[in-house]
Amino acid sequence: MASSITSDIVHGNPPPPTRNFGGGDGEPGGRGAHRRASMTGLLVLLAASVMLFAAFTSAFFVRRGMSNDWVDTPIPNILWVNTAVLLASSLAIELARRALRSGKRVWFNRYWTAATILGVAFLCGQYLAWRQLNAAGFYLATNPSSSFFFLLTCAHAVHLLGGMSALGYIEVEALMLRLGPGKRTAIDVSAYFWHFLDAIWIYLMALFFFWG
Amino acid sequence: MSSPVMHSAHHAPTGFIRRYIFSLDHKVIGIQYYFLAVFSVFLGMALSVLMRFHMVYPDAKVSFFEKLWPTGAPGGIMTPELYLSLMTMHGTIMVFFVLTTAPQSGFGNYFLPIQIGAEDMAFPVLNMLSFWTTFLALIVMVAAFFVPGGPPLAGWTAYPPLSAVGPLSGPGEGLGQTFWIISIAIFCGASLMGAINFIATTIDLRARGLSMMRMPLTCWSWFVTAILGLLGFAVLLAAGVLLLLDRLAGTSFFLPAGLMVNDQILNHKGGSPLLWQHLFWFFGHPEVYIAILPGMGVASQLLATFSRKPIFGYRAMVYAILGIGFLGFFVWGHHMFMSGMNPYSAFAFSILTMSIGVPSAIKTFNWIGTLWGGRIQFTTAMLFALGFVSLFVTGGISGIFLGQPALDLYFHDTYFVVGHFHMIMGVAAIFGMFAGTFYWFPKVTGRFMNETLGKIHFYLTFIGVYCIFTPMHFLGISGNPRRYADFTNFDFMGKLMPIHTFMTHAAIGTMVVQFIFLFNLFWSIKKGKPAPINPWNATTLEWTIPSPPPFDNFAGKHPVVNHGPYEYSVPGAPKDYIMQSDPA
Amino acid sequence: MLLGPVVWVLTLVICYFFLGHYWWFPPPISQHGQAYDAQFTATLWVTGIIFFLAQIALGYVIIKFRDRGGTARYSHGNNVLEVVWTSATAVLFIGLVLAGTRIWAAVHFEEAPADALKIEVMAKQFAWSFRYPGPDGKFGKTDLKQVNDQGGNPFGIDDKDPAGKDDITSASIKVPAGRPVELIMRSRDVIHNFFVRELRLKQDIVPGMEIPFHFQADQVGTYEVPCSELCGLGHHQMRTTLEVMAPADFQKWLQEQAAQK
Repeated sequence: MASSITSDIVHGNPPPPTRNFGGGDGEPGGRGAHRRASMTGLLVLLAASVMLFAAFTSAFFVRRGMSNDWVDTPIPNILWVNTAVLLASSLAIELARRALRSGKRVWFNRYWTAATILGVAFLCGQYLAWRQLNAAGFYLATNPSSSFFFLLTCAHAVHLLGGMSALGYIEVEALMLRLGPGKRTAIDVSAYFWHFLDAIWIYLMALFFFWG
Repeated sequence: MSSPVMHSAHHAPTGFIRRYIFSLDHKVIGIQYYFLAVFSVFLGMALSVLMRFHMVYPDAKVSFFEKLWPTGAPGGIMTPELYLSLMTMHGTIMVFFVLTTAPQSGFGNYFLPIQIGAEDMAFPVLNMLSFWTTFLALIVMVAAFFVPGGPPLAGWTAYPPLSAVGPLSGPGEGLGQTFWIISIAIFCGASLMGAINFIATTIDLRARGLSMMRMPLTCWSWFVTAILGLLGFAVLLAAGVLLLLDRLAGTSFFLPAGLMVNDQILNHKGGSPLLWQHLFWFFGHPEVYIAILPGMGVASQLLATFSRKPIFGYRAMVYAILGIGFLGFFVWGHHMFMSGMNPYSAFAFSILTMSIGVPSAIKTFNWIGTLWGGRIQFTTAMLFALGFVSLFVTGGISGIFLGQPALDLYFHDTYFVVGHFHMIMGVAAIFGMFAGTFYWFPKVTGRFMNETLGKIHFYLTFIGVYCIFTPMHFLGISGNPRRYADFTNFDFMGKLMPIHTFMTHAAIGTMVVQFIFLFNLFWSIKKGKPAPINPWNATTLEWTIPSPPPFDNFAGKHPVVNHGPYEYSVPGAPKDYIMQSDPA
Repeated sequence: MLLGPVVWVLTLVICYFFLGHYWWFPPPISQHGQAYDAQFTATLWVTGIIFFLAQIALGYVIIKFRDRGGTARYSHGNNVLEVVWTSATAVLFIGLVLAGTRIWAAVHFEEAPADALKIEVMAKQFAWSFRYPGPDGKFGKTDLKQVNDQGGNPFGIDDKDPAGKDDITSASIKVPAGRPVELIMRSRDVIHNFFVRELRLKQDIVPGMEIPFHFQADQVGTYEVPCSELCGLGHHQMRTTLEVMAPADFQKWLQEQAAQK
């Protein structure tokens, strides 16, 4: 079912799918509908994830305001490095997508691989950060702030594992030269999800930087 | 995500496993959810009859209790802790595995794609995963019956500290409560997967000409229900994670300082039991609308079909569904009026709660308006839809008392509350499921269910549920608290025992009657009278395709919709109905 | 079509039992209780009429518009009717809750009067304890480590605090009639709820919180108090009594308790 690379080179990139929301006027069985549905599905998934973090955040502020045993958790320095790593991985993904749009498949593969490796590096960095906190005496149940720190970073990491599996799937398909136009939506959905994880991460860093 | 719909459309699945077990076909998945709910409802009903029996005969020696629960019922006498565990599991199984599965994922999975003219849901693999994840959640929940310590006893609401301090606070609060939380967390994931499918399918896969305002009200209900589930279950998942951490990791999200449970001083600090209640009910209130909205959609569908009239005020009905869905997120505090939360927020919640009564009332008036001037055909499906309206009125009306914090000062945690939510969820919503079953059975199987058995089942059940649940309001007015294993310790409760006895007998009788339905369901699959493809002369798209439908619903064609969903008795039309896909 | 009369019969039976007050509230013993009953009655009338009319209308349409041949009326609705009945419902429902706000405010927005008798309530699995400050008018400090249920110290009154020496602990709560009482409610373990039917009042008792709650009982008598929030396997046995005494009798009781210390 996948188109060949030669077909793409010969015929040029497939036309962008038409965006046709809410009128019931598009061809429901075509590729356009699948792309639209995937984008809607992604948006819906992001909404649920936002609700999850919103619930944790509201618990955070309630707990913080409640008693006098809140001790700010020190942000391990490696987390700043991790933030840069994550942002770099998103940049790599965008460069990959831009390369794909210009038909530069080899560059797509390079950038996407870089993004995947940076994602793994982020997860390793997170693990190191947790170990550093443990060494400084901060564990899950040490005090409410540390509880939330581990909880929130762990929830983010779980989401990231999901993102990694998407990145990994595209990576495998790219290396096996199986990325036809039918996979374009999968690439875009993975990319947007990954950027969303950036946003959540920055949000968490801000939360802990300002409110402990 | 998963393979595009169009790829699977051209290859019918082969092999038993692919066709019936790990099917990607929304129709098979819908049937799987439905039968999961049927199993669960009979399990939940059995638990409720055991509960009602114990309340009236607390000292009865029943030898098979001892066989099933040697520690919970030594000598065959049910202990209070066993009663509370049965109550917890009854509520949990009914709310999650019956009311959150069949109405939405059962009927919705089967009929949403067809009613909007699609070949399948947007993400068939995700759909299959959502069912099997739900199934896994059920396995873990049922496993809680068999773990050491038995099932939890903290109610389906699992308030900490009772649910958070482990076996110290009671039997079943060890592994049983942990399994319960894990099961619910898995269920949250399954619901999320389902919600993604329903929302994307409704928004993006509608046939040409099927604008949102031409969708059947069933589709609107499933759509809004999916949004409620999406946002609500995410919060429940968060709450469950926090509770699990408090139980297993020594955190203090919900556990304050100064706890002494069972003579043991605990060293938690600073948590808030109220935080759980806020998080839980932020999910819990939308959850009850998840339970009822699909039934409302089915009621609307059937009342129009069997009165041969358009639904009265289609637009208002849509706005009412949207209004109920939206407002449903802002009223959770009415479960917490007595909780110790800020009394000013109680006031705010009560205003919003009364407001949500308004769209519900609109729907009721519009249902009666639909019937007015109609040509009503009393099929069993229609009887259940009519019964739904009556029960919804009765159940909804008692909400007007509970939504006022001033009156809740007496009624909170009494049988008045139990009567209210059983009428609405335990009966009206179930009637919606019965109605849907009788209505759509001919489409799913190509046969009718037996009408005589159906009518007998309907009338006995309708009268039966009124007998079981209306007296609960009088118990509430008399101040009878809920979640009591027996009533032998209080003088004032002794006088109420005749009511309890009446309700117990009504419950046993009504449960027995449900086997008529079960028999009818299974017998008719093989022996029901063959049905034409549009036995009800109905207008929506599912009635244009064969019964049972082909694996890709429309046999490769894409229907085009030219009419609204309820064009019945249009003056000047050749028949008393115009199908949605009829020429313009 | 049989459903129509069935709905009517069920409606009439239900209305009959509500009107007949067969299983009803116990008589109120306070002004709040009377205000409560008035609000309940108002709500009952409004909802009862709506209930009656809706069910009768349902039964009526079932009978009148059963299929007897002919055609159904083709109508998509009536906007005027929608606006009218929507507004009426909104006014009625919101009106009811606003009317009840005065009652809610009196219980929760207003603080207890300054001369209220203060009593501490302590709920635990599965018993109630009450504490009076004794002649010095002060509650002694408590310490969880000194809790001794068998030895009569469920509150864990700190034996190093002189203010606690004259505190009176009781398993049931006694109050004087006609005088405001302020409860300070605490729980030692899980959530409980203090409920007196005749007072028309209840309040959750939450560990980690000290919840003030005030009332005034005007009628002498003994009233049962059932715990009203699921607290474990003994929830159904967690009983105490509220004894409202004539002021002179209450004083006598207090003195007797103080003398035993």
